[in-house]
Amino acid sequence: MSDNYQSFDYDVLVIGAGGAGLRAAIEASAAGCKTGLVCKSLLGKAHTVMAEGGIAAALATVDSRDSWQQHFCDGMIGGNLGNHWRMVQIHAQQAPDRVRELEKWGAVFDRTSDGKGNINVRHFGGHTYKRLAHVGDRTGLELIRTLQDKGVHSGIDVHMECTIYSLIKDGEKIAGAFGYFRESGRPVLFRAKSVIVSTGGIGKIYFVNSNSWECTGDGFALGYLAGAELADMEYIQFHPTGMCWPPSVRGILITEGVRGEGGVLKNNKGERFMFKYIPPKYQGKYADTEEEANAWFQKVVVEGQKEEGVKERKPPELMSRDVVARALWTEIKEGRGGEHGGVYLDIASRRTPEDIKKKLPSMYHQFKQLADVDITKVPMEIAPTCHYMMGGLKVDPETQMSNVPGLFAAGECSAGMHGSNRLGGNSLSDLVVFGKLAGENAAAYAKKQKDLPKVNEGQLSALNKEMNKPFENGQGEVSYKILADLQQVMEKGAGMYREEGLLDQCLKDLEGLKARLEKVSAEGNRMFNPGWHVALDLRNMLVVAEAVARAAKERKESRGGHTRTDFTGYSKEFAKKRILIRDKGGKMEVVREDLPQIPAELEKELVDAHLLKPEILKQLRGEA
Amino acid sequence: MGKVHMKVYRGNSEGGELKDYNVDVEEGMVVLDVIHKIQATQSSDLACRWNCKAGKCGSCSAEVNGKPRLMCMTRMNTFQEGETVTVAPMKTFPLLKDLATDVSYNYEVNKKIPPFTPKEGADWHWEQEDVDRVQEFRKCIECFLCQDTCHVLRDHDKMGKFAGPRFFVRIASLEMHPIDGEDRVPLLKGEHGLGYCNITKCCTEVCPEDIHITDNAIIPLKERVVDRYYDPLRILWSKITGK
Ligand SMILES: Cc1cc2nc3c(=O)[nH]c(=O)nc-3n(C[C@H](O)[C@H](O)[C@H](O)COP(=O)(O)OP(=O)(O)OC[C@H]3O[C@@H](n4cnc5c(N)ncnc54)[C@H](O)[C@@H]3O)c2cc1C
Ligand code: SF4
Ligand code: SF4
Ligand code: FES
Repeated sequence: MSDNYQSFDYDVLVIGAGGAGLRAAIEASAAGCKTGLVCKSLLGKAHTVMAEGGIAAALATVDSRDSWQQHFCDGMIGGNLGNHWRMVQIHAQQAPDRVRELEKWGAVFDRTSDGKGNINVRHFGGHTYKRLAHVGDRTGLELIRTLQDKGVHSGIDVHMECTIYSLIKDGEKIAGAFGYFRESGRPVLFRAKSVIVSTGGIGKIYFVNSNSWECTGDGFALGYLAGAELADMEYIQFHPTGMCWPPSVRGILITEGVRGEGGVLKNNKGERFMFKYIPPKYQGKYADTEEEANAWFQKVVVEGQKEEGVKERKPPELMSRDVVARALWTEIKEGRGGEHGGVYLDIASRRTPEDIKKKLPSMYHQFKQLADVDITKVPMEIAPTCHYMMGGLKVDPETQMSNVPGLFAAGECSAGMHGSNRLGGNSLSDLVVFGKLAGENAAAYAKKQKDLPKVNEGQLSALNKEMNKPFENGQGEVSYKILADLQQVMEKGAGMYREEGLLDQCLKDLEGLKARLEKVSAEGNRMFNPGWHVALDLRNMLVVAEAVARAAKERKESRGGHTRTDFTGYSKEFAKKRILIRDKGGKMEVVREDLPQIPAELEKELVDAHLLKPEILKQLRGEA
Repeated sequence: MGKVHMKVYRGNSEGGELKDYNVDVEEGMVVLDVIHKIQATQSSDLACRWNCKAGKCGSCSAEVNGKPRLMCMTRMNTFQEGETVTVAPMKTFPLLKDLATDVSYNYEVNKKIPPFTPKEGADWHWEQEDVDRVQEFRKCIECFLCQDTCHVLRDHDKMGKFAGPRFFVRIASLEMHPIDGEDRVPLLKGEHGLGYCNITKCCTEVCPEDIHITDNAIIPLKERVVDRYYDPLRILWSKITGK
């Protein structure tokens, strides 16, 4: 079939042009490698563009007490120690340089108002100090445009609207990737010495989610099917503040910045309920009365006083997302929810209309245009929405390489950095820190390979045939029906709250969906055909869904984004384990592996500096 | 809202036509939701682009009842009861299929704009007010609706000779950056054809990000071109100094 497909040769192939992929490609190209970049959408439209609140880095431009050590501790505690400590350390240490580098490449961050003209930073949940560099509430757009403009002048070959369907191997080693151009439907082969997967998240497997259409978990499945191990797949972040009315906007994100700017959470009785839900790990760090929280708000947010001199503590609305989402869920379940099944987020009674429009312009816009709600006048109704995948391809923290030689991963589709719960702003910084590392190491690996790997023609024909199957299946179901059912199956069986019986049912239902997918049919031809695209994406979504359900079943405790109603609380047994998923003869194998622990010396240093508390560590380790 | 009558363009580079669809519309739906519903229930091969469904990525541009719009930010309840809603692809760009057009021209123009080039030894500290204007330009989501609207591209087919409003916004964001040291004025006058713009302001009217394309980007850039090339004193000065 060789004359039927196009073919390109690269040293390094990057799959995905979000923040992570772009940063990786820039680095690989700078290292002198011939670099190709592939993405499903047009360049600059990747999911990263939607990020709002900011990018976390201990720049200490506003609060001089901030440090990489504090950022490290916040990340570990936020992740309930489910993180790979070394990734958290690398991230905390390198994020400031990566942010300043973005500025050198043309990003224009908001500035401090202290006359020093530094990059301004804001508060976000779980961060001890103000730490998120931002551009109003469109930080992701700034990040992606900056990298995009840097990238197009770096000699990278960009293949837009091209979907990778399968990774290709030469023996054990990676050899490239095979896929199709969305516009023409024509198959395409990319031969490469090393491949970086940076394909983003999985949100589309849930009905209520904040993600872009691209978030179908492709990288997870591509890696898994090529023999790479997945880790932490049970850890999914449900963001507390998604829009919940009207139905067509359900799940669209409301930035945490609303709470950062003073927004408070209330139930249908008008109670500010978060004070009831401060978990032991945050006790002493957050205000426990409304008076204290209000005093902090007045001084820090309204008057802009330096927090270093303020004795009151932050409001509990600013705790990490896992904590806030569970609180919301409890309020709703116990009947204190609002008209459309959510709770209320109120900024109207806290800030002037002018301030709201200035600080949160796209939120103002979003509600006005999509829900006919003026957030400067009335509270927003909100409910949790599936937002972020903490799990992903298991990588070496220093190099970002997976267990498949030559296959690297960075960004949302890699695991380890965020543990069981990601802190806001830690993703954008993750993208640039680990994107760079992946690019660097993939380039180094490619340089060590003498020749381009070999590709088996027979395998390519088989793959192309497989891609074409929906057209040959006759009068079957359309893909959209299967997708809709999958989303319901996941909401019910492996959503925010999990339970043995429900997970078993979920796994059973997934088998049913797999059988239906075998017979899925697509109308028309291969030219720009969304029904066909969804049919192919569904294979990936089903792999991811099964991995999530299996890992969730295995972890018999509750930690961060993984909550079991039948195993509440932290367990000692699981605290030091991570769950791996890998292919064994066409079936999913679930394995428990030791999770690397913070080295004793580092832990002691942080405890001695009062950044980590031994009793909290004990508690998160299930030893208290 | 009940049933709505839609006319959606179906076709490719060889031709096509508006096709009729009747769709059940629920509260809060936007045009993009209706297109998705058609895909899911009537024509699964209907091509359209989208990513965010929240007005942030600029993918879902189309012409709704003849007006250039983001489909995801156009609520169905803005139409009259019983009104037929027509959705067609952007007319300025070559059609690929249905609602998807070939916007590669924009990516080609972008490549030709010299990137951000900080001055040697620049001071990297600046105040918010120094960058407010640049940030306005950087809000652009590259929906290309302004490009679609501008008559220089749409009716006079000046692709290749005229960069278009989106890229004047981009150039303005670079030229007005406090520490950028590159000079893009000759390009504006030459290759990018700023002179073709006759300030009709149609681009500004359709910009979903409310960027004041004409007043804040194009006019100041035109002033720079005029200052450089048509100001007699300046021309004399440059003859004397050779700069
Ligand atoms: C509404 C919203 C707001 C957010 N706000 C913040 C914030 O303020 N701060 C923060 O830190 N994080 C935030 N996040 C999270 C953050 O935006 C994402 O986690 C991050 O952008 C993911 O980046 P990425 O580079 O890993 O992947 P993405 O940006 O998702 O990019 C994935 C890329 O892979 C490509 N791709 C996927 N599959 C294939 C395939 N099969 N073949 C070829 N290409 C493929 C896609 O086309 C795309 O180019 C937010 C998320 C959302 C939804
Ligand atoms: S103002 Fe200029 S760029 Fe804008 S639409 Fe009119 S002619 Fe085109
Ligand atoms: S300037 Fe406005 S209309 Fe033009 S591409 Fe940018 S956002 Fe769209
Ligand atoms: S889908 Fe992103 S702007 Fe409409």
